[in-house]
Amino acid sequence: MSQLSSKHLLGIKDITLADIKLIFQTADNFKEVLNRPIKKVPSLRDVTVANVFFENSTRTKISFELAEKRLSADVVNFSSASSSVKKGETLIDTVNNILAMKVDMVVMRHPAPGAHQFLSRHINANIINAGDGTHEHPTQALLDAFSLREKMGDLNGKKIVIVGDILHSRVALSNIYCLQKLGARVRVCGPPTLLPKHIESLGVEVSHNLKDSLQWCDAANMLRIQLERQEDKFFPSLREYSLQYGVSLPLLQSLQNEIVLMHPGPINRGVEITSEVADSKQSIILDQVENGVAIRMAVLYLLAART
Amino acid sequence: MKRIILNYEQVDLIITRLCHQLVENHEDFSNTALLALQPRGILFGRAIQQKLKALFSIDATYGELDTTFHRDDFRRTDKPLIPNKINIDFNIEKKRIIIIDDVLYTGRSIRAALDAINDYGRPNSVELATLINRKYRREVPIQPDYVGEQIDSRADDYVKVEWENSQCKVWIITDK
Repeated sequence: MSQLSSKHLLGIKDITLADIKLIFQTADNFKEVLNRPIKKVPSLRDVTVANVFFENSTRTKISFELAEKRLSADVVNFSSASSSVKKGETLIDTVNNILAMKVDMVVMRHPAPGAHQFLSRHINANIINAGDGTHEHPTQALLDAFSLREKMGDLNGKKIVIVGDILHSRVALSNIYCLQKLGARVRVCGPPTLLPKHIESLGVEVSHNLKDSLQWCDAANMLRIQLERQEDKFFPSLREYSLQYGVSLPLLQSLQNEIVLMHPGPINRGVEITSEVADSKQSIILDQVENGVAIRMAVLYLLAART
Repeated sequence: MKRIILNYEQVDLIITRLCHQLVENHEDFSNTALLALQPRGILFGRAIQQKLKALFSIDATYGELDTTFHRDDFRRTDKPLIPNKINIDFNIEKKRIIIIDDVLYTGRSIRAALDAINDYGRPNSVELATLINRKYRREVPIQPDYVGEQIDSRADDYVKVEWENSQCKVWIITDK
């Protein structure tokens, strides 16, 4: 297996285990590039990438942009706040206009789940999903699994718990698909109001007890409470959530095994995890950020090869 | 038709000769590093490194460079360009570098290697050692400094360097 099975990265659900392994192997090489005195290679020098963000993003956008620039691609940035979308332009028209300027790849974040699938049927460019609503966020899942693999080795048979707001989280869904493809056992843990109905049909275990789940797992991925998606009250107060589902240092120290902690960011310090935990040596949060660039370089490189 | 152009003994003699030539120019290798190209140049590179040690007790600085990301045929070939591991644990800055590859043909991999080396620093000089020099198909102005064997071959011939337990023989395959 030496090239990706698809010309787009729409979601982890659509790619194979061989694809994931190829992305990891390529990302290993790009990690080496990122540690050179000159952190740039010319591979994509004749490729133009449009970063089209219909939703706010800081780290994903910066990470993609850096990955593109490290690969010597030409980059155009587009965000809906300052564009004609406000004037009523449709998604296809917006993107087709961008493509008319000879753009080869589109990195897109969109609030509607499935927006990328829709687009991939209508335009002729490589599409990378940088998050579609509450559906998938494939590059985040890849960099999470890549960071775990770096820390714990092969993930086959490892036990991972995803804690928090599974209902609104695209990171959770992509993580579940990705970890399961790599052979890991996945459990989700959170208050019943934040777990989607029928989530166990994805083959995950369900728990509402954080301490029990942390005892069980080798690594925990602490999701962010998405304050912007909580018009309805899913729990009485942040303080109560944090008491039930937040990880503190005493809780971490009370466990029998030393577990690995992840967080996709941005952290609400004191809610999902306390500051001491976020900065402890068990946390790989900053490794995740560093690996994000390498993983995105690998995805861009491998997709660009599939013209 | 497939025929052997260099057998084990001949390749061994060639490596011995190349080591003598290298020592002639680089003396004790105190400021010189060998840089073998992935994927196929590394076996030749390791053979040279071992021979230098056996003949002259020289512990040459040795690294392995992959040029995939610097190639000029990305998105222009159907062959996927999957990178190999890079292993350079020394500083290239101000070193005298000897690039080692098995077959020099179009010269494009060496061009990519020269580019890739610049990412690690500015060497004092760069030389090229190759086991086989196929003369007639150069596409860029690059010539080797140390040559194992020069061969005249047609464009559709295929030169195969085959390593087995650090021994090497070279085939030429014509009229495939």
